[in-house]
Amino acid sequence: MAAVTYTATAGERSLLPAIPAGLRAAAPVTLLLVLGFLAPLLTVAAYAFATPKSFDVFRSFTLANFSAVFDPSNTVWMSFAWSLAYAAATVALLAVIAYPIAYGLNRMFGKWSGLVGVLFVFPLFVSENVRLYGWVLFFIKNGVLDGGLKWLGFSGGPEVLYTPGAILFGMLYVYLPFMLFPMSLGIAMIPRDLVDAARDLGASRLMIWREIELPLAMPGILIGMLLTFVLGAGAIAESKILGGQSVITIAQDIEVAFTYAQNWPLGSALALLLVAIVSGLALYVLSKLDLDRILGKR
Amino acid sequence: MSLATISPTLPDTATKTDDAVLPATAPVLQLVGVRKIFGDFAAVDGINVDIKEGEFVTIVGPSGSGKTTLLRMLAGMESPSEGYITLRGELINDVPPDKRPTCLVFQSLALFPHKTVGENIEFPLKVRRMAAAERKARALELMRMVRLPEHYYAKNVMRCSGGEKQRVALARAFAYDPDVLFFDEPLSALDYKLKKVLEKELKDLHRESGKTFVYITHSLEEAMVMSDRVGVMSRGRLVQIGTPEEIYTKPATRFVAEFFGEVNSFEVRRDGQGGWILGDGQSITVAPTDEVIGDTATVIVRPETMRFVTGPSTAGNLITGRIYNEYSLGSRMQYQVHSGDRIYLVEAARAAVPGLSSGDSVTIGWDARDAIVVGG
Repeated sequence: MAAVTYTATAGERSLLPAIPAGLRAAAPVTLLLVLGFLAPLLTVAAYAFATPKSFDVFRSFTLANFSAVFDPSNTVWMSFAWSLAYAAATVALLAVIAYPIAYGLNRMFGKWSGLVGVLFVFPLFVSENVRLYGWVLFFIKNGVLDGGLKWLGFSGGPEVLYTPGAILFGMLYVYLPFMLFPMSLGIAMIPRDLVDAARDLGASRLMIWREIELPLAMPGILIGMLLTFVLGAGAIAESKILGGQSVITIAQDIEVAFTYAQNWPLGSALALLLVAIVSGLALYVLSKLDLDRILGKR
Repeated sequence: MSLATISPTLPDTATKTDDAVLPATAPVLQLVGVRKIFGDFAAVDGINVDIKEGEFVTIVGPSGSGKTTLLRMLAGMESPSEGYITLRGELINDVPPDKRPTCLVFQSLALFPHKTVGENIEFPLKVRRMAAAERKARALELMRMVRLPEHYYAKNVMRCSGGEKQRVALARAFAYDPDVLFFDEPLSALDYKLKKVLEKELKDLHRESGKTFVYITHSLEEAMVMSDRVGVMSRGRLVQIGTPEEIYTKPATRFVAEFFGEVNSFEVRRDGQGGWILGDGQSITVAPTDEVIGDTATVIVRPETMRFVTGPSTAGNLITGRIYNEYSLGSRMQYQVHSGDRIYLVEAARAAVPGLSSGDSVTIGWDARDAIVVGG
């Protein structure tokens, strides 16, 4: 039998068959994620267990940073509470504010919806700090509001700048697009036929909203809420610029630890706790949110 | 009181008398000069039709003929630009869909994907604030009616097959208990076999429920199987409406005849002596018609009324030609016969035409009564 047998050369046999093609194709992204996402996170996590006020990362292990945070005499929990409360309030208020706009973008503005959408995106092209300083000029004594009212003969505007209310206002203003667009997408996913069918079966506007539109838009709404909450929990500029430090958020505590205090291990411990709390809440919401079931997809 | 005093053999005559049936002549739905104009385009251009109580009427037409717009007006999702739509004598032109006792089964079925089969069916009952237990009982009853197994009650509606979804949509429409049910070709997405089954089930359901059905489709075959009356629409107008039999045997126009499927159509002109001749001068005998038609017309001969002739024949029309090609239609065969520059389609039962094949010389014939003269 004179069959020709093909023998792989040594070079062909080595290495290549050992790694599946899919893994090889995924290698660049894996590398990027490891270097750009996982490594910094691990470094922060490692710093959280380093000796306080040192740079002994990977060389020391102590829980001192955490015990400092949980020390009853430490008031850093107030910062956590403020941040989470502001984030929660932002989410709740934005859900109410954004829904009518998102509904309008999809169902009512017609040919104008593109323009309205762009107007909501436009502020994102300008730095958040610049926009917030713009609001300072608006609210400040003898600023746009106060000065304008005085010019018109009124006694002047309310003194709202550097109050907790101004911080909330700033957060609502900054995070509106992050709630609006996922929500708008959610509403866009409601097939028109379903609304027509519900109406044909005798349902009132309220009933259609509660039974059909709201549940079907829920994936978009929840994603908007999640995004806004995560961003809101890490907010810092609003309290510093519009709040005039009347409220200290956790992000500011972390910033102070890393900069003025030069206590990287404490800052890292705080950051790790914030990540744990926010991701814990996010994962909890995501576990409750079965997109496939809500969408009824395959 | 004693039950023994009531004779068990006494027939209960009271229940035999139907008290709720309207006179058979009263139309449940009446359309008078209905038009719908979008910009300068009349999608529906003057429809007059009376639909009787308990009737199954199908409106059939090609896409763009205005049938869907017509249905949307009937269901209340559009209002007519002109004309009147009345339901049991009441003008409903501008009555919104939630306020009229009609229900539309959508082409997409429009099932609520986040609800179970049971919740979908119960939706119209929930709207009416029926108690939960009562709702469930009614839903199960409706599921039995549309032949859905009981355990489907809690099934995610999106996990149902195409045919099952169809049944859910139907049960939901019945739950609304409408006076008239509208259908926007809900069977169009299904495979042929399932479609045939559901067509018949729908007709059975129509008979059992006694409701009025108005069905829209582009498939005349579907229309013929199910309907009491078929209306053929073209360019926003109702070209013809009649029983399937009438539409088949007496098509009003060439459009209606050709919509039915393949036909032999010849353009003819008057020969001056009361008959018709083809373009090349050959005379053709046709069915007598009382329609007033001009000097030119079209003669329609269905392939299935043409036959192969051997020996003497009583057929009013005989043509000799050559078989150009043959097509199997299953139980039947179709032949393309060329004669001069004309092409004829002849259809015959497989057993009736032994051993015919391409290239054979044949004589084909058809009776005068099968040659239908139509205008245009």
